[in-house]
Order: sequence, then structure tokens, then C-alpha cells
Amino acid sequence: MDVVTDLISWIFLGLGIFLGLTGAFGLLRFPDFYTRVHAASISDTLCTACFIFGLAFQSGFNLVTAKLFIILILLWLTGPAASHALVRAAHTAGLKPITENSD
Amino acid sequence: MFATATIALLVIMCLALVRAFRGPKIFDRILAVNMFGTKTVLLIAVYGFLTGRPEFLDLGIFYALINFVGVIAALKFIERLEFYDEREER
Repeated sequence: MDVVTDLISWIFLGLGIFLGLTGAFGLLRFPDFYTRVHAASISDTLCTACFIFGLAFQSGFNLVTAKLFIILILLWLTGPAASHALVRAAHTAGLKPITENSD
Repeated sequence: MFATATIALLVIMCLALVRAFRGPKIFDRILAVNMFGTKTVLLIAVYGFLTGRPEFLDLGIFYALINFVGVIAALKFIERLEFYDEREER
């Protein structure tokens, strides 16, 4: 039984690490602010979910797992809200996204 | 297992910091700091598991909220959004 949970949490943590790294690389390499928001928010929500699930499998079914899922729910609620507020502020501040006709 | 997760999270946070320092505009920096904050929450949780101390998760919950409040405060400060004043003006 122990090997199975370790394997599952290994898979989830590996997926989370991969998503986080790709999100961070996307944050660095994308040309424009609006594309970077996309990269960062992907790594925010899904990478968090993978990490939380990976840790939840390690701690079985008790209060610690409940706290983990509270963190997950909070991050799932605040992450997109923060990204939305950020993009709205950037848009009203006049930041233009790159379209085909611009350079 | 948790050690690799901790190291990977630290690498991701460093990459986010690189974007924070290099970001041409203020919004790139806020985005990087926001991502840095959420990764800190994960780092707290993973480090809590690494050292076998489940109380760290309370810190994670708290920090997730504080990070969100910080981002919204920074945005309101920068763009001077009138969340509440708009209603009085109309």
C-alpha cells in the first residue's frame, strides 16, 4: 500500500514541478505582458493542484489533508481573481497587446 | 521526494524573480510577485511535509490570503481604481 501512495504522489509532484517550470519559462520567454499572464496563471492554478494532490496522498485522510484542500480552494479562488484584476488594471492603464499589424 | 519538490520550487521562484527584475513595466513585476507569492505558499506546504511539521499548513493558508490582498492593494495603488467611490459619484 505504501509503494502505491508514494508512486502516486511522485507522479503528482513530478507533474507539478514540470508545470511550474514551464510556467516560469513561459513567464520569461513570452514577448508580451498579456501572454505572460497566461503562462503565470497556468502555472499558478494547475501546478498548485498537482502539488496539493501530491502532498494529500502522502498524509492520508486526516486534518492535514483538509488543510491542504483549504489551501487549494483558496488559491483556486484568489489566483484567477488576482490575474483578472491585474489584466483589467493593465488594460485600463492603456497597455496594448501585440497584434499582427504591430511590430 | 519533498527535497526535489522544494528545490524545484526554489528554481521556479528564482525565475519569477528574474522576470520581476527584468520586467519592463510595473504590471510584469506585479505578475511576477504574484506568482512568487503563490509559489511561497507551496514552498511552505512542501517544507512543512519535509520536516514533518503539519502546522506549516496554517501559515500557507494565511499567506495565500495575504498575497492576494497585497496584489489587489498594489493594483489599487497603481491604477487608483475607485471600487467604492464610483457608486457615490453616479
